[in-house]
Formats: sequence, C-alpha cells, structure tokens
Amino acid sequence: MIFNKLSERLSAALAGVLSMLFVSAADAEYALNMTRGVTPISRDLYGLHMIVLWICVVIAIVVFGVMIWSIIYHRKSRGAVAANFHENAQVEVFWTVGPLVILIAIAIPATATLIDLEDAKTNADINLQVTGIQWKWKYNYIDEDLVFISTLAQSSRDVIKDPAGHENYLLEVDQPIVLPINKKIRFLFHSDDVLHAWWVPALAVKQDVVPGFINDSWAVIEKTGTYRGQCAELCGKDHGFMPIVVEAVTQGEYEQWLVDKKAEAAAIAESADKEWSMQDLLAQGETVYKGNCAACHGPTGAGIPGVFPALSNSPVATGDPAGHINIVMNGKAGTAMAAYKSQLSDVDLAAVITFERNSFGNSVGDMVQPSAIKNSR
Amino acid sequence: MTTITADDDHDPHAAHDDHGPDKGLTRWITTTNHKDIGTLYLWLAFIMFLTGGTMAMVIRLELFQPGLQFVEPGFFNQMTTMHGLIMVFGAIMPAFVGLANWLIPMMIGAPDMALPRMNNWSFWILPFAFTMLASTLFMEGGGPAFGWTFYAPLSTTFAPDSTDYFIFAVHLMGISSVMGAINVIATILNMRAPGMTLMKMPLFVWTWLITAYLLIAVMPVLAGAVTMMLTDRHFGTSFFDAAGGGDPVLFQHIFWFFGHPEVYIMILPAFGVISAIVPTFARKRLFGYDSMVYAVASIAILSFLVWAHHMFTTGMPVAGELYFMYATILISVPTGVKVFNWVSTMWKGSMTFETPMLWALGFIVMFTIGGLSGLMLGVAPVDTQYHDTYFVVAHFHYVLVTGALYSIIAAFYYWVPKWTGHMYNETHGKIHFWWSTIAVNVLFFPQHFLGLAGMPRRIPDYALQFAEFNMISSIGGFAFGLAQVFFLYIVIKTIKGGEKASDLVWEGATGLEFEELSSPPPYHSFTVAPDIK
Ligand code: HEC
Ligand SMILES: [Cu+2]
Repeated sequence: MIFNKLSERLSAALAGVLSMLFVSAADAEYALNMTRGVTPISRDLYGLHMIVLWICVVIAIVVFGVMIWSIIYHRKSRGAVAANFHENAQVEVFWTVGPLVILIAIAIPATATLIDLEDAKTNADINLQVTGIQWKWKYNYIDEDLVFISTLAQSSRDVIKDPAGHENYLLEVDQPIVLPINKKIRFLFHSDDVLHAWWVPALAVKQDVVPGFINDSWAVIEKTGTYRGQCAELCGKDHGFMPIVVEAVTQGEYEQWLVDKKAEAAAIAESADKEWSMQDLLAQGETVYKGNCAACHGPTGAGIPGVFPALSNSPVATGDPAGHINIVMNGKAGTAMAAYKSQLSDVDLAAVITFERNSFGNSVGDMVQPSAIKNSR
Repeated sequence: MTTITADDDHDPHAAHDDHGPDKGLTRWITTTNHKDIGTLYLWLAFIMFLTGGTMAMVIRLELFQPGLQFVEPGFFNQMTTMHGLIMVFGAIMPAFVGLANWLIPMMIGAPDMALPRMNNWSFWILPFAFTMLASTLFMEGGGPAFGWTFYAPLSTTFAPDSTDYFIFAVHLMGISSVMGAINVIATILNMRAPGMTLMKMPLFVWTWLITAYLLIAVMPVLAGAVTMMLTDRHFGTSFFDAAGGGDPVLFQHIFWFFGHPEVYIMILPAFGVISAIVPTFARKRLFGYDSMVYAVASIAILSFLVWAHHMFTTGMPVAGELYFMYATILISVPTGVKVFNWVSTMWKGSMTFETPMLWALGFIVMFTIGGLSGLMLGVAPVDTQYHDTYFVVAHFHYVLVTGALYSIIAAFYYWVPKWTGHMYNETHGKIHFWWSTIAVNVLFFPQHFLGLAGMPRRIPDYALQFAEFNMISSIGGFAFGLAQVFFLYIVIKTIKGGEKASDLVWEGATGLEFEELSSPPPYHSFTVAPDIK
C-alpha cells in the first residue's frame, strides 16, 4: 500500500524533473516561475522580476564563465605557470562602477512600481476590511455592512492524513470572498491577535496584518476567476491552515451575491429568536467547534497541556453557564482565547457552548439558548 | 590554580613551549590555550550542527509528502525554530570562533590569545546555554515555536512558558559572543609580531577583526530585545503589546538591527577563509588585497543601514521602503568586488584542485547564486511576491549552507593537516565534496521554484501543486544529511592518524602558520616573535 503510493509519488517527482528539462517554457512556467497574476501591479511585478532575473543570469554566466575558463586553461596539470599580477586599479574601478550602473538601471523601474503599489488611498471603489485571527480571516465589506468569517474548508481537514488527489487541498475555504472585476478594491488589514500576512499571489497583494495597526493595499482584478492564497507570516500552530479564496465576478454577479449573502445573514440572526432543541444545538455546536475551537482545545476536548486548557472536565465548561458564556463571548485578554462574540452568531455561540457542556465526557445536561446570548450582548 | 601562568608564555627565554597540556578531562575544563579552546569550539559546533541537522531531517520528513504524517504542526514549528537557532548560534558562529582561536595567534605571530581566561569562560558558557535551550523541547507546552526570528507578540503574549528559558539562553550566548569578540580585538590589536602591520595581516584576520566589532555592536541589541520580551511577559510593560500602547513592529526593527549585521557576522570570516585558500591553490597572490579589506569594511558599515529590507510588507511608508531598497542593492557592489577579486586570483594562476580548493570553488559559485537571489529580494516591490516564501528559504540557505558552512568545511580541510600533523584522505574529501554539492543543490534549488510558485515558508503541510518539488528537496536533504555523517567519520579518522603532513602542507601555502610553524604546531604557537618580511 504505502510502497505503491510512494512509488507513485516518486515517479511523479521524476516526471516533474523531466518536464522541467524538456517541456516548453510556457508549460513549465506555471510551476516554476512567479505568476503573471490578474492585476496591473501583478503584471508589473512579474515584468520587473523577469528583468532582474535575466540580469542575474547574465552576471552569473559571465562570472562563472571566466571562472570555468581559468579552471580549464589555467590549471597546473596543463602546465600553466602562475602570472605575477595582483592588482589593477583600472579593472577594479571598472567592476565597482559597472555594477553600480546596473543597479541604477534596476532601481528606476523599481521605484516607479513601488510608488504605484503603495497607492491604495486614492479612488477606491470598494473598501474591504480584513482581520487576521488565529487561524481564520474575518472580512468586513465596510460599505455594505456585511461581515463574515472564512476558515479552511472541512473537506480539507477531513483528508489531512492523506490528501492525495484532493483538488485544492488546503486552498479551499467555507466562505470565499467575492469581488467585482475592474474596480479598485482597497484592502484594510488588521489583526486581533498575532501577526499574519494576507497573500494572494495572483493579486500581488501581500501585506502584514498587525495588531494595533491598519495597513492597506489595493488591487484591480482584470479577469473573472477563483484566486487562492495563504497566510504568509508565521502565526502559531495552524499557520499553514488559513487559506484565502477570492472569487472575482462581474459587477452584476457581485451585486446579486451581496443580496443573497445579506439575506443569509438576516436568516441566521432571525433564527436566534426561536427556541432550539438540544439535538439541533448539539449538531450545530459540533460543526462550530470543529471549525473554530478544535485547533486549540483539540478534537476531543483534551487541549494541549501547558498551552491550551482541556475542556473535558473543565471547571468552566462544567460549571455555571454564566461563566462559560462569559469566557467564550469575551475571551481572556492576554491569552490566545479570543472574544468570540465578534466572530460567531448568537446561534453558533449558543450551540458551541451547549456542545461543550455535553461532550468530551462532560454531561451537564443543560442548554444555552441563542436568545440568552442575544440578551447578554 | 594551574601551574601554567600567562606570564610564562611571554618570557622568550623560558623553554616552555614543550611542556604540553594537562592530562585528562581537566585539560579541557581549565584550559586557557587557544588551540584547545579552538578545538572545543569546533567540536561544539559540530555537535550542534548534527543536532540542528537532525531537526532539519524531521522538517524534510514531514514535508516529503502533502498531508500530516509524522509530526503535529505545533512540534513542526518547534523544529523550524530550534533548527534555525541552533544552526545560527550553535553551529556557524561557534565554528568561526573556533577557527579564530586556532588561527589568529598563529597568523599574527602571537603565542596565544590576549585574554586566555576569558577565552575559557566564553566557551564554557555555551554548553550550558544550549542545554538550557534544548531542554525546552521537553517542557510542558513545548519549546519556542515562533521561528528563529521570534516576532512579538507570538513570542510574548502567545508564547509557551518555556520562552523564559529561551530568553536566558540567548543572554548567555550573547555574553559569550561579546567576550569572544573582545578577545579577538585585543589579540589582533596588541599581539601582532613586530612588522605585522595591519595592511599585512591575512584577510582572515581582517575579516575577524571587523566581525568582532559587529558582534560587540549588535549582540547587546539582541539582549535588549529579549529583555524587553521578558518584561512584557512578566513585569507589566507593553513594548510590543498593542493593547497596552506598544508596537509589535518595533520588535522587528530591533531584531533586524541585530539580525542584519548578524548575517554578515556569519559570512565575513568566510570571505577570509576563501581569500586564504584560493591563492594557495592558484599559486598566485590574492588579487586586490587592499580593495578586499575596503570591501569588507564597507559591507560591515552598510550592514547597519539596511535592516528593514526584511520588513517590506510590514506597512512602512514609501520613503522608508525606497531608502531601504537603495541601500540594500548597494551592498551588492562591495560583495561583487570580492567575487571578482577571487576569480581574478584564479585567472592566469596555476591551479590544482585538492579538497579545500573544491569547497572554496563550491563556495564562490553557490554563494554568488545566493547573492544574486539576494539582489532580487532587495528590489522592494517584487519582494511583495518573494517575501516569506520558499524563495527566501532557498536564498538564505545558499548563503549560509553553501556559503558559510562550505567555507568552514573548506577551512577544516585546509588547516587540519597543520593542526593535527595528519593529512586527511584525499579521496574521502573529494567524495564528501561531490556528494554534498550534488545533494545540497537537489535540496535547495527546487525551493526557488516552490517559492515563486507560491509556497509560504514555515508551513508543515502544503497544497498538492507543491508536492513534486518538496519530495525532490527532501531527497536532497536526506542525502546531504548523510554526507555530513560521512564528514564526521573523516574528521575522526584524520585526528586519529593519517599520512604525515609537511610543515608547509600545501605547495602554494603562504602565511606564518605554514611558513614558520611545524605540523602540528607547538602547544604555544610563537614563544619568540617571528621575523616578518
Ligand atoms: C487560539 C487558541 C484558542 C481557540 C481557537 C479557542 N480557545 Fe478557548 N481557550 C484558549 C486558551 C489559551 C484558554 C485559557 C485562557 C486562560 O488562560 O484562562 C482558553 C479557555 C477556554 C475556556 C475556559 C476553559 C477553562 O477551563 O478555563 C473555554 C470554555 C473555552 N476556551 C472555549 C472555547 C470555545 C468555545 C472556542 C471556539 C469558539 C475556543 N475556546 C477557541 C485558547 C483558544
Ligand atoms: Cu496567520
């Protein structure tokens, strides 16, 4: 079994190397080189990257060429006798000034692109606030009053031991962001906890997400499609598991999506007013727990000793509901436990709390209703 | 306490150069001899290199295939963190201090280092520091898991309890480094034989003199950073805590104000080593000695002025990014001068290719590749796409593994016949070189592609399109690791015995250590100052 899989992978690897050598440059580009992307900036960056790359290649060829020449022709076994020179002011000045000229040639286009890249403030059509949270992204369409959280899709989590053949493994989310093409989108970045970095290569946006600061960046997406990215700054245990998915659509589709998405949010808010059954709460709670809490408190509620407390037999999770509600809603300042009232709906909060009180060997037996959460907001 | 006093060493009439070391373990614990301490440093570095290498093997094993097969993400982060810390502070830096100890007195015509007792201390602090650092892996909550750059607030508010041990270990390493640096400076400035003017010193001595100043300048900055972490964690300050009015980005400024010169601390002595080896095997004087010295000095000065090129995505103002971009790419000028000078030294030489020369040539080629990718990274706008990807990982492994480490291995093969009086086995040395060089390129070259294709660094698992290159890279990694076990065998075998080395060792060798001293040299190098021509 294992060996089959291994040999399969090995031959795939070999094929990778071979294709690297033989396949035409255009085909190989996808896996070997920087993406051209779908924004004006990403194209500029690609162009600049290629210019600098070729300059480096030429320098390398010249330097290594001279080196190889002397290795071949100036070797003792060929009877070469060492010359006596050991300095030459002219050539030394030449190879100080020569590189300087090349550098200036690089710096001029780089400066122009950089100034362009940093021009997020002017003429934005859409403002999207992005908040990094261990280990998910919160998106706030500021002009639309639409907020949601996007995490790694459960389908990726399910195959984590053996993802072979799972398309978009680790690059799929439960709720992608949708953006219209040909509009200037200004991203505003902020973190609730540690540093993260929001990176979508095709948009050429990579920006650190820093607590206490608001950074910005921008993109005009020129082609419809799905663009995927990842967190790029080490942010703790699940740094590798906070992907980003951007769906770029036409303006009409975008507007329809906004309408649907808002209706969905309204329905969820409304469902907080009805009385929920234990069964429904537990089912919903399990989903919420897996997506939001299991990363720290563990899939079985065992936590990680010394870092994240266990929830099974936890005095809080089995004690007075008020205390339990309080820590989940308000978190604990100065620890990794976040205030979930700004991340989860009333229903999800009620469900996950109820779930914790009646799972992992805990059997308090009581329920927390969404209305109770709504009232304590 | 000991019967050997430093004063004896300075008495040219006392016939003390034959009294040899103490016997047994106390020799190593109480030694104040530069050669013994050099040996201790080199062994510590080797042990740390194998330890950090084992961690790299764990990393490459987990990354062999997509999916989580072997370790948990939390432990993976501890491995990347410890691997980085151990390789930087435990392997590369102590190895260069070991070389400095062995070589500087012999190269400048001195009997020993200027401050032998402090020398003993600066070594013996280190085993304690690294034991403490490694012990965190066994503590509840695990060891440091925030990367070797330990950015706040992941390393403060969100760090495991063991972080305090890490902080203390860093303090100890810093104290050791500063003491070592003071010793190097005192030795070079005070103990040169008459006639050994500054501009006659071998480049290795020059590079170490400048490195020592860098160490003294930046190790206290590192100590400051970890102390601020400590007070943030326990004493209610908020240097890096935004909730208390602090600034997480400040941490990065402080760290990289230390970190960038640190990079040059790990490469300048390597320049010195290569500048010694290439002329020997080209049988031709080093081209452009003066410009080499000036290049090293300008690199050192520039290294203080470019730190924020590690921070192009933190949200700096455009003016700041432009300045740091210009300053950064400017460093490639003096660095280029060095490479051009080495190549000109070979030009019209009479070259042979013994093992040390092979490693030196490997250094020049692959360090240049790392330098060129560094130039690419310095172009600020494009760094948006490169930053925090495997492209960066590839870049710094080309300069640190095939750069710094290659120079250390080259130095070993070049000077070990002098140190022990035994030649290493030339066939073994060559196998070691070719095996390592093929493996290291299989290991790191594909990482350029991974980074460009979009794979972030420091992730324990990855999307399927990265699978092939990761597998290739891992195979290269295991092969490279194995090659270094073979190196351990070569080292031990050479120390134990081997063909007798002549005093000059290499036909084209120059310098006091080869021209004036026997192989192996006497316990106290120069009890009578040599004549400098
Ligand atoms: C990023 C890691 C992290 C995540 C994700 C997380 N927690 Fe926590 N949680 C903690 C930490 C750390 C503590 C301990 C805080 C302290 O020091 O008191 C904690 C404490 C708790 C406690 C109190 C346990 C006790 O015995 O003191 C409860 C209940 C709890 N979390 C519930 C949740 C729920 C529900 C979720 C998901 C909605 C969640 N946590 C997600 C890290 C996390
Ligand atoms: Cu993150």
